[in-house]
Amino acid sequence: MSSTTNTPTHHTSTIGAIGAPSRRNTELAMLVFAVVIPVFAYANVGLAIDDKVPAGLLGYGLGLGLLAGVAHLVVRRFAPYADPLLLPLATLLNGLGLVAIWRLDQSKLLQSIGVAGGKATNQLIYTALGITLFVVALIFLKDHRTLQRYTYISMAGALVLLLLPLIPGLGANVYGAKIWIQIGSFTIQPGEFAKIVLAIFFAGYLMVKRDALALASRRFMGLYLPRGRDLGPIVVVWMISILILVFETDLGTSLLFFGMFVIMLYVATERTSWIVFGLLMSAVGAVGVASFEPHIQTRVQAWLNPLHEYKLSQAGSHDGILHSEQAMQALWAFGSGGTLGTGWGQGHSELIRFAANSDFILATFGEELGLAGLMAILLVYGLIVERGIRTALAARDPFGKLLAVGLSGAFALQVFVVAGGVMGLIPLTGMTMPFLAYGGSSVIANWALIGILIRISDTARRPAPAPASNPDVEMTQVVRPS
Amino acid sequence: MSELTLTVMRLGFLAVLWLFVIVAVQVIRSDLFGTRVTQRGSRREAGRQQQQAARQQAAPPQQRQQSGGRQRRNAPTKLVVSEGTLTGTTVALQGQTITLGRAHDSTIVLDDDYASSRHARIYPDRDGNWIVEDLGSTNGTYLDRSRLTTPTPIPLGAPIRIGKTVIELRK
Repeated sequence: MSSTTNTPTHHTSTIGAIGAPSRRNTELAMLVFAVVIPVFAYANVGLAIDDKVPAGLLGYGLGLGLLAGVAHLVVRRFAPYADPLLLPLATLLNGLGLVAIWRLDQSKLLQSIGVAGGKATNQLIYTALGITLFVVALIFLKDHRTLQRYTYISMAGALVLLLLPLIPGLGANVYGAKIWIQIGSFTIQPGEFAKIVLAIFFAGYLMVKRDALALASRRFMGLYLPRGRDLGPIVVVWMISILILVFETDLGTSLLFFGMFVIMLYVATERTSWIVFGLLMSAVGAVGVASFEPHIQTRVQAWLNPLHEYKLSQAGSHDGILHSEQAMQALWAFGSGGTLGTGWGQGHSELIRFAANSDFILATFGEELGLAGLMAILLVYGLIVERGIRTALAARDPFGKLLAVGLSGAFALQVFVVAGGVMGLIPLTGMTMPFLAYGGSSVIANWALIGILIRISDTARRPAPAPASNPDVEMTQVVRPS
Repeated sequence: MSELTLTVMRLGFLAVLWLFVIVAVQVIRSDLFGTRVTQRGSRREAGRQQQQAARQQAAPPQQRQQSGGRQRRNAPTKLVVSEGTLTGTTVALQGQTITLGRAHDSTIVLDDDYASSRHARIYPDRDGNWIVEDLGSTNGTYLDRSRLTTPTPIPLGAPIRIGKTVIELRK
């Protein structure tokens, strides 16, 4: 019997339970902080543009504060051991988004082309809807494991959501990407909701199938090669993501779903080979589709030669191709922001015109807050993802682990795809920055996502119940033959 | 609004934003609790381990009292996994039943192909002796070299073998 203290592998560890504090007061303090920052920014915008504190300061401040307060009280009541940071971080991003949208609302240029004006009020309403969904998710989802029952229903639901934009008459083609549906005057981006539903399906599916996917493999050049038939699921998801790319012509949505699946597959099986396969497959798919799809080609061109595309679009080139000037404009916005930015309300990101307050909202932050501010915002996103992964680590059930990884992975991928697109790292896509960008679907879906993460983290961090008292020491004595 | 005020506000806002990020990171730092994993066996950890041991003594006084009354002098205080994938894991013995198996709700979740989902349990009898009982596992539970058929008291330091995993009770 070897003594554990001498084992060369540093496995030696002691696991002891300690009472976990609920951290709700920390959350409240952070939440107050997260509401004060946008209020400060709001006052700052007003002072910079109109030389006076904006009239709506109290309204927006109270609105955001009230929503955050309701969310906090619900968390306090229904998820007392939840992570203390997720809610404040999301609130801060949402608040900053509101300020930036309001700031762009003030632009005469954007008002004249109908992109801005009253959008901040809409966004506040969407935020209220999002918080409502968050509250509903926390109240009615007592245990995230109930979602496991709906594994295959989720798959069907996600497919329907993904296919909706392709239905003629319902789908709307907005600037080339068909990822919206239009009902009356509302446009909804079903992909945002599909993200959550699909994570539920992947988590439920991989939890059951992961042993087959992990164990049945041959080792080749340091990689575990899965058997041909085990490649089935990844191939199916890959085909679906390629179909999205072809028919909805949106690289972001496609990348998001395939990437989420690969991340969850990797986490479920611990096999690096899945990442290698995933990267290869997505590269092959993206290059393959880009070779014949004109909309994607435009995006790739704008990514590779933004300045050239800008010149073409300014010169009014009539070769039948829509040349994008935005990619270059966004880069100029970042450039003119410099390290410390121009200050709230003093940039000119409204020159990006349409999508200035949705896809390109990050350019506003880049210009007015500079590199310093943008890095802080990206760090806030990073912290949300970190808390999600941390929740997955702490979760005790494999379904919760996979779901938390899937949701935070999807969130991270979305941030990467959008930020990378706006900053010129990857071709631009039609997705929106979670919480910051103007758009109902995005805000509502991401609040629901945070709600589910908070539910999982509550379960994961809840201290284990005290050991059941031994019945033998109670009044009733059991006489045992010894 | 004067240029100076705006500059001060601009820099002030960035400072406040970063302050938020830093405070958030501090919250994460102070949030490192849950299952406390004490690393042992490496020299540079020794100092920290002592600190943690001191803290651990301070932390659960009520649990200590609760079990302390009944325990005799020679009673084991912890269960140690000495072989297998979980080598080095210890569980404090505080009068609770410890279940072993592949089931996810076991106290010690065995990642072992030879273990059943509910393999065995270890519990104190009313005298405070720790008993191991095989729960009808497929491949059996061994105390020293003999396969268990009935609940058996565990001598201090005797190896309990489940598949590739070996567990023993220590003081």
